[in-house]
Amino acid sequence: MPRSTGIKRFAGMLMAGLFATLATSAQSDSVVTPGSKAAGMDTCVAPTAEMRRYHMEYLKHDRVETVRQGVRGLKNSLADCVDCHAAKDGNGGYLSINADGQFCDRCHNYMAVTLACFQCHRKTPADQDASSAKTSTGNQGHAFGLLLDRGESAALTAEERAQFQALVREE
Amino acid sequence: MKKTHYSELWCSSPRFWGGLTFLAFIILLGLGATYYMEHQGHWVTGMSNQVVWGLPHVFAIFMIVAASGALNVASIGSVFGGPMYKPLGRFSALLAIGLLAGGLMVLVLDLGRPDRLVVAMTTFNLKSIFTWNILLYTGFFVIVGLYIWTMIDRKVNKYYQVTGYLAFFWRLVLTTGTGSIFGFLVAREAYDAAILAPMFIIMSFSFGLAFFIITLISAYWWAGRTLGELRLAKLKHLLGVFVGAVLYFSMVYHLTNLYITQHHGVERFILLDGGVYSLMFWLGHVLIGSIIPLFLIYSPAFASSRFAIGAASVLVLMGGFLQLYVIVIGGQAFPMNMFPGKEVVTSEFLDGVVASYIPTTAEGLLGIAGIAVAMTMVAVGSRMLKVLPENLEDPKDLEHA
Amino acid sequence: MSNKDDRPDMKRREFIGKTVLAAGAASVAPGVLLTVAKAGGESRGVSSDVRYGLLIDTNKCADDCTACVDACNRENGIDLVERPKGQSDDDWNAQRPQWIRKVQLKDKQTGEITNLPMMCQHCEFPPCVDVCPTGASFKRADGIVMVDRHTCIGCRYCMMACPYKARSFIHQNVAQQLVNAPRGKGCVESCNLCVHRIDAGDMTTACQEACEKDGHQAIVFGDLKDPDSKLAKLLKTKSSRQIRADLELNTGVRYTNV
Ligand code: SF4
Ligand code: SF4
Repeated sequence: MPRSTGIKRFAGMLMAGLFATLATSAQSDSVVTPGSKAAGMDTCVAPTAEMRRYHMEYLKHDRVETVRQGVRGLKNSLADCVDCHAAKDGNGGYLSINADGQFCDRCHNYMAVTLACFQCHRKTPADQDASSAKTSTGNQGHAFGLLLDRGESAALTAEERAQFQALVREE
Repeated sequence: MKKTHYSELWCSSPRFWGGLTFLAFIILLGLGATYYMEHQGHWVTGMSNQVVWGLPHVFAIFMIVAASGALNVASIGSVFGGPMYKPLGRFSALLAIGLLAGGLMVLVLDLGRPDRLVVAMTTFNLKSIFTWNILLYTGFFVIVGLYIWTMIDRKVNKYYQVTGYLAFFWRLVLTTGTGSIFGFLVAREAYDAAILAPMFIIMSFSFGLAFFIITLISAYWWAGRTLGELRLAKLKHLLGVFVGAVLYFSMVYHLTNLYITQHHGVERFILLDGGVYSLMFWLGHVLIGSIIPLFLIYSPAFASSRFAIGAASVLVLMGGFLQLYVIVIGGQAFPMNMFPGKEVVTSEFLDGVVASYIPTTAEGLLGIAGIAVAMTMVAVGSRMLKVLPENLEDPKDLEHA
Repeated sequence: MSNKDDRPDMKRREFIGKTVLAAGAASVAPGVLLTVAKAGGESRGVSSDVRYGLLIDTNKCADDCTACVDACNRENGIDLVERPKGQSDDDWNAQRPQWIRKVQLKDKQTGEITNLPMMCQHCEFPPCVDVCPTGASFKRADGIVMVDRHTCIGCRYCMMACPYKARSFIHQNVAQQLVNAPRGKGCVESCNLCVHRIDAGDMTTACQEACEKDGHQAIVFGDLKDPDSKLAKLLKTKSSRQIRADLELNTGVRYTNV
């Protein structure tokens, strides 16, 4: 379990603020990889600010359920991250999502957080023709995110949200 | 009896620092080898899906077993009240901690995912004997640490007896636990024997004491302090008893196995046609590790030869190592008998054939680094703590000792 | 852990988890950790009302057919594992992952030849699960024994304990994986009865499918607890056996004519 020290937490807040600033001031400056499926969507399975902060918790939570209890097709799925966020390589294929400068790497690299998922997990969307039983069924799950206004991220405590919004407003 | 004075090991700087540098170099080599193995994956080792535990595990188990035995001298001093042994108690406890740390390091660095050590320390499956071993090892560090403290610090000296008993009890459990790691593997014929756990205990006595004698002699040589003949002779005779006992237990183990028809195959393998494993058993364990040391110990010709004592201890360690090698690796190399009455004609997975295992240099370096870690801890520990008596002349009033 | 922890409120998560269990997966406030299935996602989770297993008729298993092995390798991405440069043939054979293997036996008395596939036997009392220090080896409610790679530390104790040599350790870096079969250096894995298929409601494994397609029908997959399943009926009528029945592991994989 990563333990956060005050300084890390502070840095985290700062980063979140920075990203939020980017996201609010100019929509087109999104960190979402241009040309990926995600670029054409309104929002992720949760508001962007929340995803930035808690995606690992969400993934961890649902993975236990999937591996141990065989519950499949959950809202938070790493395979779906890859499906939406992987960039095309221009030859009909995909770039690895954890490759240098790609979606996962960019942030993890910047924050110096080890990205361990792809030591074992597939890094590109599944081939169309693969006889895989797991189907990624598109947008239904994202309805949750669509119901939200920006900044209405319920996973932050009230205090955190205030700080967060203050940071955003300062801009 | 004269009061024993303890003091830090203080020897001429070049000798001490030179020694430490040498140890550090070995450790560095081992770490480099580890990095190589972990970076490439285990395919660069001799280990495979057939022989899953290799040389590093032999080293690790060897040291862990010896660690518990090294504490013996302290236990004899406090639990059985042996005045000849009592002054050596502190050093023996320090050696025990060092050996255990070295052994565990090797074990951890050979994991497929050493980076997940935190997982191993926080997610427990209490049904697993391995988990219990993790708890036992942690407890050992704590208890032996306290034990040393009660020996050194006068203020807490009143707890000396209690911690002494606790440590004694704990290490017996610990070695039983280590032995049980194998004892629970019913599927493998070589390990399917109740006698394995007590055998590990007696092995721990012998290896631990041999380690102790060697480090003691070298420490006193290093520091230029005197070590009484009589005390050494006592240790030597104790070693003789232990070595004999190991040989006896080993005999019983193989004889009982010979009574179980099912196990004839594996016995034949270890004792007769196991190639390198049979050789290691007879030449290594029996000859080098038992008969020659027993001769060195009991022959009147070497009665007062310090060299013979040292040599006997070294041979005991070598023989013991090979004995463990035969148990750990020979036991895996022998094919599991999944289909009684049938012979395997073909298999893509090497069923029914003796698995080959050729250790690589990297594995060896990792193992040796473990021993270097143990020795470094002992060297640094005895330099910083008052563990070694200034003078181990034989007491004058021998009769009452 | 300090409460300055930069993580979501665990208590709330627990509370909400319970609420949701009671109410079923409903739409609630965003951002909280629920088990929410995507619409159309097939996701009931496992139940102990079933126990999956296989019956293998060794008489029908053909001499040099490896259809099941090939199918397994494809289904679970084992064929994507590349051989490290410089690894000898022998080492590659001993170190590469194998979930299922063909074995040919000869009776020492009669000389009778038997062919059979060996894989994880999905023991009811699996030694691998008992010995695993972290609980990474586990048995699902439906009897499938598998490894949770997220907690496996690669100690290989389970491999020492398995009486069938059913497990493989990943000895090298793996570049390519399938979505359904994550795989990486340093963990142990073994046959999981094509768990992704079962979870998707499929009632066939890759090996069974391939064997059938080749016209041998040596492998039958099914629910041991359902008396109406083909598997249960066959077990009732034919005399089958467990390999190493003496260990009393009550395996989920049974064999006839060995
Ligand atoms: S066959 Fe081996 S791996 Fe499979 S459940 Fe039994 S002990 Fe575990
Ligand atoms: S290798 Fe992994 S699954 Fe096997 S016993 Fe160790 S931690 Fe458990």
